[in-house]
Amino acid sequence: MSEASTRKLRILVAKPGLDGHDRGAKIIARALRDEGFEVIYTGLHQTPEMIVAAAIQEDVDAVGMSIMSGAHMTLFPAVIDLLRAQGASDVIVFGGGIIPDGDLAPLKAMGVAEIFLPGASTRDIAAWVRTHVLPRD
Amino acid sequence: MSDSRDSEARARLKASQDAWTKIDLGGSAAKMPLRQSSFQTDGGIPIPDLLTPLDIGNPSAEDVERYERELGFPGQFPYTRGPQPSMYRGRLWTMRQFAGFGTPEDTNKRFKYLLEHGMSGLSTAFDMPALMGYDCDHAMSRGEVGKEGVAVSTLKDFEVLYSGIPLDRVTTSMTINASAIYALCAYIAVAEQQNVSQDKLGGTIQNDVLKEYIAQKEWVVGPRPATRIVVDMIEYTSRYMPKWHAVSISGYHIREAGATALQELAFTLADGFGYVEECVKRGMNVDDFAPRLSFFWDVHNDFFEEIAKFRAARRIWARVMREKFGAKKPASMMLRTHAQTAGVSLTAQQPYNNVVRTALQGLAAVLGGTQSLHTNSLDETYALPTQEAVTIALRTQQLIAHESGVDRVVDPLAGSYFVEYLTDETEKRCLKIFEKIDQLGGIIRAIEEGYPQREIADSAFAYQREVESGTRKIVGVNAFQSEKSAPIPTLKIEESVGREQNERLAAVKRARSPQAVQETLRAVEEACRSGTNLMPPVLSAVKAYATLGEVCDVFRKVWGAYRERGIF
Repeated sequence: MSEASTRKLRILVAKPGLDGHDRGAKIIARALRDEGFEVIYTGLHQTPEMIVAAAIQEDVDAVGMSIMSGAHMTLFPAVIDLLRAQGASDVIVFGGGIIPDGDLAPLKAMGVAEIFLPGASTRDIAAWVRTHVLPRD
Repeated sequence: MSDSRDSEARARLKASQDAWTKIDLGGSAAKMPLRQSSFQTDGGIPIPDLLTPLDIGNPSAEDVERYERELGFPGQFPYTRGPQPSMYRGRLWTMRQFAGFGTPEDTNKRFKYLLEHGMSGLSTAFDMPALMGYDCDHAMSRGEVGKEGVAVSTLKDFEVLYSGIPLDRVTTSMTINASAIYALCAYIAVAEQQNVSQDKLGGTIQNDVLKEYIAQKEWVVGPRPATRIVVDMIEYTSRYMPKWHAVSISGYHIREAGATALQELAFTLADGFGYVEECVKRGMNVDDFAPRLSFFWDVHNDFFEEIAKFRAARRIWARVMREKFGAKKPASMMLRTHAQTAGVSLTAQQPYNNVVRTALQGLAAVLGGTQSLHTNSLDETYALPTQEAVTIALRTQQLIAHESGVDRVVDPLAGSYFVEYLTDETEKRCLKIFEKIDQLGGIIRAIEEGYPQREIADSAFAYQREVESGTRKIVGVNAFQSEKSAPIPTLKIEESVGREQNERLAAVKRARSPQAVQETLRAVEEACRSGTNLMPPVLSAVKAYATLGEVCDVFRKVWGAYRERGIF
């Protein structure tokens, strides 16, 4: 096994936009850390540019975004586009929050790998990360 | 020997109850008659004005003393049984459904619909850009305009928002904090256009900035300058707007962020005492402003704990205001509150169950003695509510008020062994948290240290663990699950809202006098630096159509934008 595949996965938990509801983001950050991932939390009120800069600087394998404000159709694609522009399109983007069912398919078509809805358990989210996120070379 | 002591105590209670009936209840009924000349159960049992230990046998002297010390009569210190003598027998609580989304036109239409359907007061939700002090065209506002509340950037938007609504005849609540000074000034300016002077305006502006740092996290500048702006607003409204509540000290967001009932109570009351202390430091007399402070509680699932929280809150506030701050006016010690059912308790799974959760929570708020109530809609884990869902939520309150019979009796759970025990325990444990806050150097210092924030994050995490391990059952989520049901209808905010608002903002900017804007903003900056009250210069800036973002930019320029470290 290469070193890359044995090192801890690095996950950026990000809170984009103006919405201050950080209960979910903080629970996910703590739960993923407890599950053995390396977690970086951006804190609140991040622009897509700030999130992508943090993702590159921290050399993360995935970005998990929590959005409760209804701005998901703007903020998810903005982060994905910026990652691509920075040559980091292999960083997996996933997320959760108050997301209506009708927006799920369009978000996945935009490149969001998975969306976790209210009621999802932190263990399921951790299990998903373990199977769907690979260490980047 | 003890028999005579007991009977003396009973006679004393009887005499004070007679005095209460004559003076307190009689006085309040003279101002506002009871809704009915007499009340009875559906089966015809008469319901007296008040029930006390005398109604269930022969209480001992100790029982009577305990009653006098810990409960008292409704409308009397320590207000455990409620702030008014007649409570809902005189007037029902205000049914105040929080609304705001899209453009000011959209929200204005929703307000008019709700008023036509029996809602008794307005409540305005503002969008995230407005709460954070950004205009709709700011880069940070991308995708957020009109999403979680109504979009407002200038006085023009407020004119549309309240158009056709007589501001001297409704009371309005505005949920805005860090940028609240702009919203209050805009409301005053709109009223002036309707020829309603500011002294006639009734309502509440949330304006509780301390809980923003603890939980809601919508800020402009740091806690100290933000508190200074709040004190300016308290000072101004206590002088010129006698019917206005300048702060609604809010536990709601603290609870939604994960606090327990006890943490909600303790941190919120501590915030309230923090404002009182700052006002007193400013040289204000406590009895000049404290009567206009009001509260806002969450009501979560644990029925009796919630009721005890409302009762304990009144008692603690009354005691501390009298003993620590030397308040003399009853109104300064009397905690009045709005309540909202717990949004965080709603589930996306089996969403119609949320109607039942909300009904139970609403009932707890009423049994706790709330003065106004918002009941959540069943679809709020998906989006802002549809008109149909809001109507069911309002109907839920109307059912509690008009069918359940709980409106006919004052503080019906007084004397319940369980509720009185919980009320006492809640008070005791709350005082312990106050001690910890005092050790840290007061609530503002505690917030700067991140103490309430950490405590809440720990409780939120523990709650999540309980749900995931199944020790806490949530119907439809980790118990009694069913197949995924058909999706319910949800409200969608059109992306065009942002564009329309940007166009309106651009038009306002073209039409206004740039010189007037510059001059009034300069006056705002001078007041920030000199410490003179900010209300008059902000009001002038609002009337000159300076934008909400421009006024908040002045605050950021003088004091620096606030940033929180990302701790979890």
